[in-house]
Amino acid sequence: MSISTSIWVWMAALLTLMVYSFLYKDNPFYRLAEHIFMGLSLGYTLTILWYNYIIPRVYEPLFLPPHQWSLIFPILLGIMTFGIFSKKYSWLIKYPLAFYVGGYAGLRIPLLLQSWIIRQVEASFLTPDKFTSLMSSINAILIFAGLFATLIYFYFSKKREHGFGAAAQVGIVFIMVAFGAAFGYTVMARISLLIGRMQFLIHDWLGIM
Amino acid sequence: MILLLALAFSISAKDTPDDGGGSITVNVYNIPEGTARIELSRLEKGDMLYKEAGLIPIFKGECDDASVVDGIGYLYRGKAIAKDTFYIAEMEGFVTSSPQWFNKSRITVLIFLILFGSVVLTYIQLAKKNPEGLFIRKLPALDAIDEAVGRSTEMGKPVLFVPGLEGITDAGTLASLTILEMVGKKVAEYGSRVIHPNFDPIVMTTAQETLKTAFAEAGRPDAFNKDDVFYLTYEQFGFAAGVDGIMLRERPGAIFLQGYFYAESLILAETGYSIGAIQIAGTNATTQLPFFVAACDYVLLGEEMFAASAYISREPRLLGSIKGSDLAKVVLLFMIGAGVIFGTIAGIAKQGGNPTYMQIFNKMLEFLAKGAK
Repeated sequence: MSISTSIWVWMAALLTLMVYSFLYKDNPFYRLAEHIFMGLSLGYTLTILWYNYIIPRVYEPLFLPPHQWSLIFPILLGIMTFGIFSKKYSWLIKYPLAFYVGGYAGLRIPLLLQSWIIRQVEASFLTPDKFTSLMSSINAILIFAGLFATLIYFYFSKKREHGFGAAAQVGIVFIMVAFGAAFGYTVMARISLLIGRMQFLIHDWLGIM
Repeated sequence: MILLLALAFSISAKDTPDDGGGSITVNVYNIPEGTARIELSRLEKGDMLYKEAGLIPIFKGECDDASVVDGIGYLYRGKAIAKDTFYIAEMEGFVTSSPQWFNKSRITVLIFLILFGSVVLTYIQLAKKNPEGLFIRKLPALDAIDEAVGRSTEMGKPVLFVPGLEGITDAGTLASLTILEMVGKKVAEYGSRVIHPNFDPIVMTTAQETLKTAFAEAGRPDAFNKDDVFYLTYEQFGFAAGVDGIMLRERPGAIFLQGYFYAESLILAETGYSIGAIQIAGTNATTQLPFFVAACDYVLLGEEMFAASAYISREPRLLGSIKGSDLAKVVLLFMIGAGVIFGTIAGIAKQGGNPTYMQIFNKMLEFLAKGAK
């Protein structure tokens, strides 16, 4: 056993234990770790924004040769967002927001349409090649039925009555099965994170393993 | 090594179609047998020497040179290297790259976009004329808002509203602000308090205005405390730790987790559960829904959040979008149903010796696949 002599490893280990103490109940150690984390993260984000965005993307291209004057337009749009902090100029934020939302929608909508709608429609067609074996046949029918029932669940223009309500109930069953699988998969990934932290404590800090 | 100018081995290049420029597609043909690799080099117009431009995968016989500058002419040379020899293929004329205004490979997307867009716009116009005439069913989680705020007030505890970790441009955040308005009105009516920690500064100022309006509309503008809507941090788990701390210290009776969440969703929902608060979650982040379903009392699943937002506000644009997307779902269901029936008929006809229907069906699939690329 060789306990680490690095001050950083000790700090990381103690902060880890402080955060885990929350599993027992809220206590001053957890609160200390929480406030250190929040303060550090805020300071860190500001530093990152300053050195990775403001300096290389605003200051340097604008004030150092060759000056990229065309950047004035996006920079002005950015400055206009600060208008929200003033009652008199709060309307200014509408312009950068409109620009941002418009550009974002233009980029995202075609992509979502491709991957979430057209691809799904194409994949849910029951073609003869999907019935090559018993398992693939069951799979194809399940996907088709699941998609059908789930779409009905998310139909809001009709009351859930009679057959429509029953189809929506089938839809929620499919949704819950999918959620259960996703939940289990993510919990497994979280356990691996816990194992990583334990390895850090036992190996890097205490030097046992 | 012996230099062989093989006539059969040839190379061609053209501007990469349907792209934003800066790329030339190079093809090689009749790759000699025994070739181990094909080296690509290019000559820039005005230069004297060829420069290396990467390797061409043998199995494909094609590669995109994405390191070119638009408007400059390039000449390509391929060198197929075999065990004891190599072969050279050269182009005759220069080729230049340029961006295209229209991406023809996405024509299917454009058609779908125009179809769905027109449906939504039509419904928005209808909703503007008569918003009450468009029916949207009420969601159980909306009734629960009353119950949650009421219970919280009876217990003498505040209400906590977390708007997620996305900015004001996210549809989930916008929907969460509409729900916040409804929560704010109930809180003001019942004389309770709402705590609203924020991840994004612009969402914070918008939430302040939303709550201020909600309190004023409920006839209690004096009860609104601007300091209850505050900024925490822009770091995901820093924010999660902060909200957890608030939950433990303030012990809210009702927690609303509405907006776009990431991996912190389960941490927040579990802490809320541990303090016994009634939790109403809603998110358009499908990956986080399972955690909310597991740990919260009521959940607005994905699009339900937008439907709830449209139901509360009766805002024509929201109503029109929901009604439009409902019609789009019906169209999609019919498309899928028709595709299944037609595919089955085509399969049977093909087995009976008539491949025409299958060819039409395959063309249809090709059209969809074009949009799915």
